[in-house]
Amino acid sequence: MAYEGKGVWCIAESRGGKVSPVLFELLTAGRKLAAARGETVTAVVIGHGLQDAAGEIAGRGADQVLVVEDASLKEFVDDVYAAVLAKLAEARKPRTLLLPATVYGRSLAPRLSVLLRAGLAADAVGLELDAEQRLLVTRSAYAGNVVATVLLRSVDGPEIATVRPLAFERSAAGGAGTVAAAAPDAGALAGKTAFVSFGADRADEIDLGAAEKIVSGGRGLGKPEGFELVRKLAKTLGAAVGASRAAVDSGWIPYKHQVGLTGRSVRPKLYVACGISGQIQHMAGMNASGTIVAINSDAECPMMKVATYAVQGDLYKLLPAIVAEIEKARG
Amino acid sequence: MNIVVCVKRTPASTSVALDPQTGAVKTAGLPHGINPFDEYAVEEALRLKERIPGTKVAVLSVGPAENDEVIRAALALGCDTGVLLSDPAFAGSDVYALSLILAKGIQKVAETRGGVGLVLFGRQSNDGESGHTTAAVGARLGWPSVISVRKIPEAADAAVTVERLREDGTDVLQLTLPAVLSVLKEINEPRLPSLRGKMAAKKMPVETWGAAALGLSADVVGKAGSRMDVVKMAPVPSRGAGVVITGETPEDKAQALVAKLKEAKFI
Repeated sequence: MAYEGKGVWCIAESRGGKVSPVLFELLTAGRKLAAARGETVTAVVIGHGLQDAAGEIAGRGADQVLVVEDASLKEFVDDVYAAVLAKLAEARKPRTLLLPATVYGRSLAPRLSVLLRAGLAADAVGLELDAEQRLLVTRSAYAGNVVATVLLRSVDGPEIATVRPLAFERSAAGGAGTVAAAAPDAGALAGKTAFVSFGADRADEIDLGAAEKIVSGGRGLGKPEGFELVRKLAKTLGAAVGASRAAVDSGWIPYKHQVGLTGRSVRPKLYVACGISGQIQHMAGMNASGTIVAINSDAECPMMKVATYAVQGDLYKLLPAIVAEIEKARG
Repeated sequence: MNIVVCVKRTPASTSVALDPQTGAVKTAGLPHGINPFDEYAVEEALRLKERIPGTKVAVLSVGPAENDEVIRAALALGCDTGVLLSDPAFAGSDVYALSLILAKGIQKVAETRGGVGLVLFGRQSNDGESGHTTAAVGARLGWPSVISVRKIPEAADAAVTVERLREDGTDVLQLTLPAVLSVLKEINEPRLPSLRGKMAAKKMPVETWGAAALGLSADVVGKAGSRMDVVKMAPVPSRGAGVVITGETPEDKAQALVAKLKEAKFI
């Protein structure tokens, strides 16, 4: 049976009533598609205690905010969230669903795809429509060596894409969308996953995936103490701290800081690589960065060759000098 | 309990070339092996086998006859049985169709081995990289699923407790089994095969199940059963040549770099 869907749904990720700003990137991406099709953009927030957040979203690019609240939806649990969203989508029939390409989105989108018979694309960095107004998704593959364009062509269900954080600009304030509540389907609230607890990362750490600036350290630091200099520079720049696999495997810094194929994929506006030679696996995770600064003792290493700005020299002299210079420049 | 660990055969190197005529990735002739992310799933399955008495591990792969080598690589490490889901009709499956093939295969493993408690995947493949298969298989089976698992603190026949690494911290979740998980590199340090293990794996039987054995018709698998087509593959445009920051002293270089960063409004 042919599926007649209408409109773009941007599914928000939230924790403790706070919505992740990636939603505003989804709204930018969704707005373009909706405008081309003459349809509307709906932000869907699911959880508990989201009324304040819904108001802000309504004034920042969504035509409508659907608030799906229940005390039992306080924390993200895969099977329940997917079932609740699928019931909602079955009833209201959106054409396109966009989710962030985060752990949350990668958990939910595939479950929604199966439940809704939807075509599914991962990690979109570009979204276009073909002549028949079907969704064309651009994404990277093969460790960032290839750009693939895929077409979603489900005729009996909607289309779903997870969207890479920072691939789109965040929607600006403006517009006056409506806020409406949508009660979750009672049958969908019973799942087989129980939320036990959440341990937050240190509050002063910026998440790599959403960071506009990142300072990373690698084997060239030579010793764990080198990360004190990396952290100092990161703090001065207001940047997140990253690391190469070599630094993580040496036990200098925890795994969650690892950038690259076996770590996180990032696309900040500024990436500063300190003592990172630029193995292909590392490059795969950061080669979409806007400006790359390489600081290395080896002028011939791959990172120095791809860098927008390459600085050759001793890290232990250069990093403190750069920190001092930034402080001086700020006055 | 019975554990199924799913492994993919992928190119060992991701520095692939594109066929200028078809635009397809040229993978023929490249060295292939077990997807590196799946090695952590195999290792975690073996560690659970050591933790929970009576546990057996079945290794499962979808693809052509060549996938036999990655199944045997997992058998050499200590997995108990191997199953290859193979049929020409499976070629060209996207995550939507592949998850159906995997789910049917897992159900058949459950039927032939007296149930399945856990299904383990690696975080993603090193070629497709979507990281979407785990949750799709969970939905196909109607089982709970959790991706990005960094630790399994508690595991028993009826339930597991897992730590899930999120962008802002760590969730602890308890799942009623059966369940589907994908694990991170952080979870363990994979073992190497012993010579004896390798020799034994050569002789172990690997079952092969096709579409008919899984009760799958041709219209729900392969390209026909997929909802996504790859329309174009292109090499990534190379970055333009950069600027080398020069200066007599580290301070000179720092000053020149910071001037550039200030110009670009990073400071």
